[in-house]
Amino acid sequence: MIHRLKMPLTDEQIRSIKIKDTVLLSGRLYTARDAAHKKLIALLDSKQELPFDIKGQGIYYTGPCPPKDGMPIGSCGPTTSGRMDAYTPRLLDIGLKVMIGKGTRSKDVIESMRKNSAVYLAATGGAGALIANCVINSRIIAFEELLSEAITEIEVVNMPLICTIDSDGNSLYK
Amino acid sequence: MNNLRKVNSTEIYSAVYNMFLESCVYPDENLESMLETARDKETIPHAKEILSQLLQNIKIASASNIPLCQDTGMAVVFADIGQDVHIEGEYIEECINRAVRDAYRDGSFRMSVLTPIERKNTLTNTPAIIHVRIVKGKNIKISVAPKGFGSENMSRLKMLMPSDGIEGIKSFIIETVIKACGNPCPPISLGVGIGGTFELAAINAKRALLRPLGKFSEDQKIAQLEIELLDRINSLDIGPMGLGGSTTALAVNIIEHPTHIAGLPVAVNVQCHCVRHKEATI
Repeated sequence: MIHRLKMPLTDEQIRSIKIKDTVLLSGRLYTARDAAHKKLIALLDSKQELPFDIKGQGIYYTGPCPPKDGMPIGSCGPTTSGRMDAYTPRLLDIGLKVMIGKGTRSKDVIESMRKNSAVYLAATGGAGALIANCVINSRIIAFEELLSEAITEIEVVNMPLICTIDSDGNSLYK
Repeated sequence: MNNLRKVNSTEIYSAVYNMFLESCVYPDENLESMLETARDKETIPHAKEILSQLLQNIKIASASNIPLCQDTGMAVVFADIGQDVHIEGEYIEECINRAVRDAYRDGSFRMSVLTPIERKNTLTNTPAIIHVRIVKGKNIKISVAPKGFGSENMSRLKMLMPSDGIEGIKSFIIETVIKACGNPCPPISLGVGIGGTFELAAINAKRALLRPLGKFSEDQKIAQLEIELLDRINSLDIGPMGLGGSTTALAVNIIEHPTHIAGLPVAVNVQCHCVRHKEATI
């Protein structure tokens, strides 16, 4: 099944996405990978506000190349999601709904996705140039000192994704 | 001294600079046709779709002159220097590092290199990892390979026991692919170093990845082993991005080296689908 969806997604939309489904996603996403996750969790630990309201939002695990020739962003394929597993259940508990990356997730993450009704979508690893073509806007909103690992707010159009773990906890990974 | 050939370091700088700019944008020249064949063979729709996206990605990267993958890697350089060459000018390691710094800046590539404990970015994507070997002759052969870490992280080395033998070697290689699953962005290539010492096995595994895609070892016995492993790996149903299918690996490249009576080191260097390498002779 092919879903054409725009962020933010309703709970009903999230539950309608099943493994093997294709999702052409549009709208706003936040980029964050290893170092940004570490900082987000440190903020939560010290009871400070996050740099963006995570409720209902989606995080894309990527560390883009610098933009070239007036493009909004450089190549920006997904990075390995498993490295974020240690941080993810905390973010799901406070409202993160969509995660985009590559590779499988831990049991704890999948359990938390079921509990919180969240979905994991896989982008094609290595397709950095193709995905950059789907990004129409990008601006750094936090942790600029982290360079490629800063949190950026991006706007995507028809980003091609496959649901590999759905909100029922079904997984496509071998 | 009369037999020495003089090479100015600026020639090394230009070769390294140009090869990094090109290799992050244009992959191994056989990749496209191998992915096309694989896409046509796949029967699972999302396996076909992923391979189509990777093919489109190659076209978009070269048309826009942007990197194939945002992980433009750590810069690995192999330099085989003829012993009858005298390099004039800059010290070769500084020259290579300057070329890497400039190429990553001018190509708008990602600066991915940092100090391992403090995680402080060097801002230049240096130091490059440089392997220098003195060889016969009057030429310098330089190979470059930007190495992404999604796949590098899935690499393994094991000091097998001599009693493990050839079956132990095969099992370790297959086990490495199964453990890696979708993480290293399959279809992968494997560089395998068998024998030598702890560090030589790893360097040979990396060096094996410099071989052009689709070319098997010139040693018939090793080529047979490569073909057998490739078949077995592609029967694992890991598939593109680990989501099932018959395209798990495009190549298994093995380098064998004599080892010690007490040992059998095996190193497996995992490479993502995006095989990037260039070679130049000065």
